[in-house]
Amino acid sequence: MSRIGVFVCHCGENISRTVDVERVAKEAGEIPGVAYSCDYKYMCSDPGQNLLKKAVAEHNLDGALVAACSPRMHEKTFRKAASAAGLNPYLCEMGNIREHCSWVHEDREEATAKASDIVKFMVERVKKGKSLAPITVPVTKKALIIGGGIAGIQAALDIADAGHQVVMVEREPSIGGHMAQLSETFPTLDCSQCIMTPKMVDVANHPNITLYTYAEIEKVDGYIGNFQVTVRKKARSVDESKCTGCGVCMTKCPKKKIPNDFDQGHGMRTAIYVPFPQAVPNTPVIDRQNCTMFQSGKCGVCQKVCGPGAVDFEQQDTLTVESVGAIVVATGFKLYSIERKPEESAIQGYGEFGYGTIPDIIDGMTFERLASASGPTGGRILRPSDGKEPKQVVFIQCVGSRAREKGISYCSKVCCMYTAKHTMLYHHKVHDGQAYVFYMDARTPGKGYDEFWRRAVEEEEAVYIRGMVSRMYQRGDKIVVMGSDTLVGVQVEIEADLVVMATAVQAQDGADLLAQKLGISYDKYNFYSEAHAKLKPVECATAGIYLAGACQGPKDIPDTVSQASAAAAKVMTLFAKDQLERDPVVAKVNEKYCVGCLACKKVCPYGAVEEREIRDRQGNLVKVVANVNPGVCGGCGTCQATCPSKSVELDGYTDEQIMAMIESL
Amino acid sequence: MHAEKLQHEFEPKIVAFVCTWCTYAGADLAGTSRMQYPANVRVLKFPCTGRIDPVFILRAFQKGADGVLVSGCHPGDCHYMAGNFHARRRFAAFRALLGFVGVDLERLQFSWVSAAEGGKWVEVVTELTEKVRSMGPMKEFKALENEEQWSGALNTPELREAFESIT
Repeated sequence: MSRIGVFVCHCGENISRTVDVERVAKEAGEIPGVAYSCDYKYMCSDPGQNLLKKAVAEHNLDGALVAACSPRMHEKTFRKAASAAGLNPYLCEMGNIREHCSWVHEDREEATAKASDIVKFMVERVKKGKSLAPITVPVTKKALIIGGGIAGIQAALDIADAGHQVVMVEREPSIGGHMAQLSETFPTLDCSQCIMTPKMVDVANHPNITLYTYAEIEKVDGYIGNFQVTVRKKARSVDESKCTGCGVCMTKCPKKKIPNDFDQGHGMRTAIYVPFPQAVPNTPVIDRQNCTMFQSGKCGVCQKVCGPGAVDFEQQDTLTVESVGAIVVATGFKLYSIERKPEESAIQGYGEFGYGTIPDIIDGMTFERLASASGPTGGRILRPSDGKEPKQVVFIQCVGSRAREKGISYCSKVCCMYTAKHTMLYHHKVHDGQAYVFYMDARTPGKGYDEFWRRAVEEEEAVYIRGMVSRMYQRGDKIVVMGSDTLVGVQVEIEADLVVMATAVQAQDGADLLAQKLGISYDKYNFYSEAHAKLKPVECATAGIYLAGACQGPKDIPDTVSQASAAAAKVMTLFAKDQLERDPVVAKVNEKYCVGCLACKKVCPYGAVEEREIRDRQGNLVKVVANVNPGVCGGCGTCQATCPSKSVELDGYTDEQIMAMIESL
Repeated sequence: MHAEKLQHEFEPKIVAFVCTWCTYAGADLAGTSRMQYPANVRVLKFPCTGRIDPVFILRAFQKGADGVLVSGCHPGDCHYMAGNFHARRRFAAFRALLGFVGVDLERLQFSWVSAAEGGKWVEVVTELTEKVRSMGPMKEFKALENEEQWSGALNTPELREAFESIT
């Protein structure tokens, strides 16, 4: 007979408010095989854990069940406590009577009955549990950083400075991300390029960093400590090893009128190009869609003028496999496109605002480019339609954000601050101009942020109008902005020369596809999910993968950098050990019964199942059986459900355990 | 003010087999968001829907479940890459078999609930509970199970009656 201890937690009042914990503990004590049961206010606290340790020793327990919160929250805590008391940690389980019971039910009677049931079937599970020893696997001390924006750069530099190898993969031809596009940054108004470009150069020159630009993640295999990542290097059409970055090809390219994405389509570039002059690496790439050579087979000027002979029209995509121990995902964000048609997505457009049809309605990032010294206007605020200096500029906040009816309910977090910054930049550059801001709420938490916003309003003379805009239309060369001032309670109509919309921050295109390759979870807006909102903000639920920056949710630069350094610290913690302990939830084959049909091999997503020949002493083949490599096994258990002879078993989730649970229902 | 709780004649027993990465986490989210749903469901955690053997579903029905829910990650989002695809294929075949045997398939629900879909979890559980409640208890398999336990060695009408009264 088992000797199991049941420990029922009150969780302050979180559980005991709806569940009669004393009754649950009492009923648990009556289950056959339960030697001890008790309830306590905070099981996870030090006295609570000591209670468990003491009970294990005093009552000679051979299993423990803690009925408290979700195992996702405290399973590790209690397994550690059980282990300290001399119990095998895998014989300590948790019954979830908080998230799955007390928090979701109101009726005390029903909730108590359910909690008792949860305890009952979990006790059965513990009874049939086996002592397991953690599996040790080697750690590859090399990190992969996906995304070369400020988040990726910060994480890469931190890890590389600690002496570990780093591989950085960036989709665009240059690293730098959105921060390289910004003009000046809040709340200090220092130039973004000035603080960003040195870091970009550091990445390129760092002996520990391997940089792949114009490359994407093709495939991710493996697990924490041992990932195999296939990187697709897209054909650049320029040999990076030969190119000196002299730029002659770009000056000679006859195709000069291609809108540059880096300038939000307002500057022009050639078909062979670097996105911006400070690009890292400073190696051009040929845009094959727009290159005459690729479209009609005639031209090849760049190849003729290239001294080192770096231009290679025959170049193909190449695949490289990198072995890494940890992955930091830092893919960043994109801005909500208001011209998007409603039928294309769940997110509705803003047709009434005329964006995309009226040229002088632009988004925040375009304004950044106009204000940037390296932008298409050389830092002068000029409107796109006729190049005149706008004298009245209307800024509209929360376009797309906080608009549930348009599809996005969250706050994009950075827009209040960057709009305040825009009004200042505008005021500094156009002294006789007037900025108006339509806003819902000015949200300025952060060090020095509210002071910054107050400065925009009080010293830089931006007129803040609390209310939303209903409609905009062109009248002559002006844009009529119709809105309301809800504080005064009047309709407002402003004739603007330029309108800047603070559009919502969204997850990067293809964020969901990347998540599927990595096996990490994402929310309905495609932002990646952290393992715990408060206590594990940079870890993914998938071990060995960490998050940094706006791919996890809208974030400003200071938050992004903090998170990136935090992710780097997590990677370094992982790399501090040579061996890593893994949960021993892996499949094992019972060779006696295995008939060698290898159905398990076909379904195994990890390729962990191999054939093993069993031979007698004379070396004659007796039979072929399946064999699971515990280092590679991910522990999904698909093999067990597939096995026709039930001769493969997943430790921790054996048929015996599950059947016992079902029987007790 | 709380609305007067409805008294039902029949409280169905719902057993949910869920994967730990998506649906279990989704149910956790429903908890942290303090959403409310019927207390009829008992959640059994698996690493992956791929681990769920159809036999478990049969056993749950035999052991008194009036409805069974199987839920995991959305196709393509599986933590183990492909476990849920295997599960989907397995259950498609199994469902047909169950229907052939004569089980009302309304009692067996498959769904995908991600870790971010606390609301969907509540919806799925509530819907299944109410549906099964209106269908009444699932008797067929329980009768079979009782039949299995009835040894029949001393087959007198009185014993039979006594056995039926306790089962």
